[in-house]
Amino acid sequence: MTELFAQLQTRDRSAPDCVADDGICPGWIADNFDRYLDPFWQHVFLTLVSVGIGFAIAFALAVMAHRRRWLVPPITQVTGILYTLPSVAVFFLLLPLTGRGNTTAIIALVAYTLLIIFRNVIAGFDNVPPETTDAGRGMGLTERQLLWRVELPLALPEIMAGLRIAVTTTVGLASLAFLAGAGGLGEALFADYTFRSNVLVAGGLAVLLAVILDLLVLGVQKLITPWTRVAT
Amino acid sequence: MSTTLAFLGEFGDAIDWIFNSRESQAGGAQVGGAENLPLLWTHLKLTAAAMALAIVIALPLGLALGHTGRGAFATISISNTGRAVPSVALIAFFVAFFPGTPEFWNVTVALALLAIPPILTNAFVGVRQVSRDAVDAARGMGMSGPQIVRSVELPLALPLIFGGIKTSTVNVIATATIAPLVGVLTLGDPIISGSVYGREGQIGASIMVAALAVAAELGLSALQRSVTPAGVKLERGASGTPSRLGTLKRRIQTVP
Repeated sequence: MTELFAQLQTRDRSAPDCVADDGICPGWIADNFDRYLDPFWQHVFLTLVSVGIGFAIAFALAVMAHRRRWLVPPITQVTGILYTLPSVAVFFLLLPLTGRGNTTAIIALVAYTLLIIFRNVIAGFDNVPPETTDAGRGMGLTERQLLWRVELPLALPEIMAGLRIAVTTTVGLASLAFLAGAGGLGEALFADYTFRSNVLVAGGLAVLLAVILDLLVLGVQKLITPWTRVAT
Repeated sequence: MSTTLAFLGEFGDAIDWIFNSRESQAGGAQVGGAENLPLLWTHLKLTAAAMALAIVIALPLGLALGHTGRGAFATISISNTGRAVPSVALIAFFVAFFPGTPEFWNVTVALALLAIPPILTNAFVGVRQVSRDAVDAARGMGMSGPQIVRSVELPLALPLIFGGIKTSTVNVIATATIAPLVGVLTLGDPIISGSVYGREGQIGASIMVAALAVAAELGLSALQRSVTPAGVKLERGASGTPSRLGTLKRRIQTVP
């Protein structure tokens, strides 16, 4: 009789005892893994788009503020406020303006990455040795050439470090995007948060995604700054 | 009240909701206004409990590791891993794996784990960056290890330590918003249970959470300024960094 009841559970048929006990069930995970794929790719989409837009904005702001130092404190303050505002609150503060869905989630996630990336790009530019810029000027480089050929390459390690922090943080925050109606692994996680298998798979995939993206950025950094490999 | 705020549209309704209670969407119970106070109280209680737990664990550990100079790799790893674990996953993990414990304590422990990495890393880095000359001088004056930590390293590391506590507090306040998903009714409840509280409740509670986070940030910054020794402030002023930029600079640890 109890077995019959267990079979009626919507979750599973293969290992009813394990699933009924909210346990860790390899069989259930193997059978149901495909239901995590859509949330996973949605999570990847939210993260990449948000970090991409955030990087474009923050980098442009940093390049602008690099030659006009007086811009640094106001930009840092404004992005600092955006960084302080809890993303869950931002999701709902945007509700009257952009409704529910990807747009709202992405705006909130972008707002959160700005300070992280802006600060690191500025720090990267600040740490460029003055001798190199002097040498560049002496060779007759224009300000624009100086920026792209001398300062930017030398600032890359710090810029990429900021990007790594932004990526891992955004993967974590995108887990809350379901509250803005944008799905993601958080939705799968909270659909059944007392079921250990579900928590492990959904949470594990989010951590895995953060680690993979972090390593990818690190790999790109190694590729585009070959001289640092020699130095260290 | 609602007429004066009408030009704000839905935001006006939301602000009205914060101050004046009304019947819930589902009928029956009252929501908004004074009914928000218990939610606010739980939110503050949860934040305080999690932060207290995190500080008690992370601060002495960070100071000790920084003083001895051991565990640099472990500390950095903890902070990197901590960033990668989503807060929701951590809360769900504790609720799923410790079903017997009251939800409040499960969430408290999850939030404390979230708060530990920034405090630990900042305390560690703060003590490490104290000038070796100052420590040597203190040792030459005959101070013992604990004395050096208390009267030299701790005061000089205070700005960074506060930076870590600030980051964690704002984080915990933000994350406590999702505690209602597992049954701890914080200010996040109106946000998550939209069908009961309505849109003005969702937006109103969001305004309250955002205000709480900003207030915590400003309050802790003020506290930080008042406890930073005059000598440290002078040294900072002399180096010519704008102070506001400086405070933010300490909030995010970069690993080059």
